[in-house]
Amino acid sequence: MQESSVNEVKFLELEKKVKRENWKRMWFRFRRSKLSMVGLSIILILLLMAVFAEYIAPYPSHAGLHIAFKNAYRPPSFEHILGTDMYGRDVFSRIIFGFRYAFMMIGLVLSLVTPTGVILGLIAGYYRGTFIETVIVRLSDIFISLPPLVLALSIASILEPNIFNAMMAVSLMWWPWYVKLTYSMTVSIRNEPFILAAESQGASTLHILFRELLPIQLGTILTKVTLDAGWVILIGAAISFVGLGAQPPTPDLGTMVSEYSKYLPEYWWMSLGPAASIVLIILAFNLLGDGIRDVFAGE
Amino acid sequence: MQDDIILNVSDLKKYFNTAEGVVRAVDGVSFNIRYGETLALVGESGSGKTTTGHVIMGFYSPDDGKIIYKNRYDLSAPMKKRPLELKRDIQIVFQDPGTSLNPKRLVKDIISLPLLIHKTIDKRRIYDKVAELLEYVGLSEEFMFKYPHELGGGEKQLVAVARALAPQPSFIILDESTSALDVSSQAKVLNTLVKIQKELQLTYLLITHDLGVVRNISQRVMIMYLGKIYEEAPTEKFFKSPMHPYTQMLLSSIPTLSEEDEKIKPKGIESIGEIPSAVKPPNGCRFHTRCPFAKPVCSQRDPPDIVLDSNHIVRCWLYE
Ligand SMILES: Nc1ncnc2c1ncn2[C@@H]1O[C@H](COP(=O)(O)OP(=O)(O)OP(=O)(O)O)[C@@H](O)[C@H]1O
Ligand SMILES: [Mg+2]
Repeated sequence: MQESSVNEVKFLELEKKVKRENWKRMWFRFRRSKLSMVGLSIILILLLMAVFAEYIAPYPSHAGLHIAFKNAYRPPSFEHILGTDMYGRDVFSRIIFGFRYAFMMIGLVLSLVTPTGVILGLIAGYYRGTFIETVIVRLSDIFISLPPLVLALSIASILEPNIFNAMMAVSLMWWPWYVKLTYSMTVSIRNEPFILAAESQGASTLHILFRELLPIQLGTILTKVTLDAGWVILIGAAISFVGLGAQPPTPDLGTMVSEYSKYLPEYWWMSLGPAASIVLIILAFNLLGDGIRDVFAGE
Repeated sequence: MQDDIILNVSDLKKYFNTAEGVVRAVDGVSFNIRYGETLALVGESGSGKTTTGHVIMGFYSPDDGKIIYKNRYDLSAPMKKRPLELKRDIQIVFQDPGTSLNPKRLVKDIISLPLLIHKTIDKRRIYDKVAELLEYVGLSEEFMFKYPHELGGGEKQLVAVARALAPQPSFIILDESTSALDVSSQAKVLNTLVKIQKELQLTYLLITHDLGVVRNISQRVMIMYLGKIYEEAPTEKFFKSPMHPYTQMLLSSIPTLSEEDEKIKPKGIESIGEIPSAVKPPNGCRFHTRCPFAKPVCSQRDPPDIVLDSNHIVRCWLYE
């Protein structure tokens, strides 16, 4: 065995430099769009709030079960900037913990759904015309046709309704969309000469799937992941709203809207905060998604 | 079989099922390629040249016929079933430089893939080897860390040539490898191809419709029309004494640069009509619908192989 030559080390350094510069170029393209930067900043701030909720929330103990009737139904004030609810809990504090649940939902659903869908989509597209394709495509069609609320309802009736099971239900209907996306992209590039070249030189299927086909789709997939993050929150909220998701006193944004909306319009501030937070998260992810799309489209 | 033959194709057929019907892209093609030569496969668009090349590569399995490589390998097996050494020994350079390189991979990754697969080289010398290959095809080592979109058409095609050379093949299919390029890049790529062929004793199957390229680099020529081969000749004879009316028509349709060329150009055959559909090719000689000399027999029966001399073969009823 030979030692790496001097040249080899030089080239290795060069390669690192080129890759670094590529990242810089992408960041530069992203930064050019003010709106994407706004989206990214909002998400980073909310994420920080979620992580350090205990330290940031003015009344961390109000997140869960906490009853102080003498403080109930207070409109927004200096002490309670978004008012208090029917048990006297600080709505703002609960929202901060709500962000934690929001990001957990996003993380849980997308980390299940994205790899599953992408891998199956790549495989189905690569094995076009075989029974593998048929099985994967059929299966996705079945799951895609299930309405998420019905699915959540049935899962909640078998298991208990809670935020985790709700997210499982959401994931179950969500992965096929990633199959569809990667499947159609894979099919369209499957027989491009550069794939044929790699195959004809003896590249393994794993190499073709993850080193040739996937990199081309990465931008589109990342964009979808980001845009979907907002949708996860919306669907999660819908499921909680009908009582199949998180249960009180979980400080989940959707659950809060559901609970507090009963006190509309008199105690409007209770639902205003959680509802606006949901809108804010969705908006931020949409702005970020647009930015990511532009970064990749500009290549 | 003769020892000097690297590839033997006999009665090769490849049909495609399409909405319009069965396309007989390749319909009974036989030929040999000798070690170290450049055999040109010429014909109008849709005649089945690419399909022939792709069947040899294993992108499609043939519907009929035999392809024997180096006397011992059966190339009618699909790509997935071929032994790894074949995937090293047979390479292809595609027509469109825009789609032959993965846009998301660095040139260095593209060229090193075959090196890694076939363990042509110690992993720790990969960069050196890639730089060497780039230099060999006339590109500087700086190209290593570029993405395909940063290269010009000719440069991309040279990278594709370097990739094909990397695993040290003996046989390369060049499918219109220069036709998408501007004149100067075309010359550069062609010169490189000629140089490396000499130095590495490569065998080429040169698929093209550019007769200028044929004249410059091939030793023998085959003329293909609607899935069949109608004439086969050494390049010189092909240009000096083309026999098949289709060959004559092709030659009279190329623009000539010099008066000398104009003089030797066959006269009198104007291109008439369009190439018929490959779904319903004409009976008999497929060219008879456009042939000014067509006889009744031409539309009824396939023309026989007429051997004019040992290496000039024409399939035409006129010479019966
Ligand atoms: N995958 C395919 N499916 C269906 N038909 C095909 C396929 N590939 C080629 N054909 C048809 O087969 C015939 C021969 O095509 P081929 O690409 O081999 O021609 P060619 O001689 O290479 O032409 P060109 O000069 O345009 O490249 C054409 O009629 C074409 O439409
Ligand atoms: Mg072609």
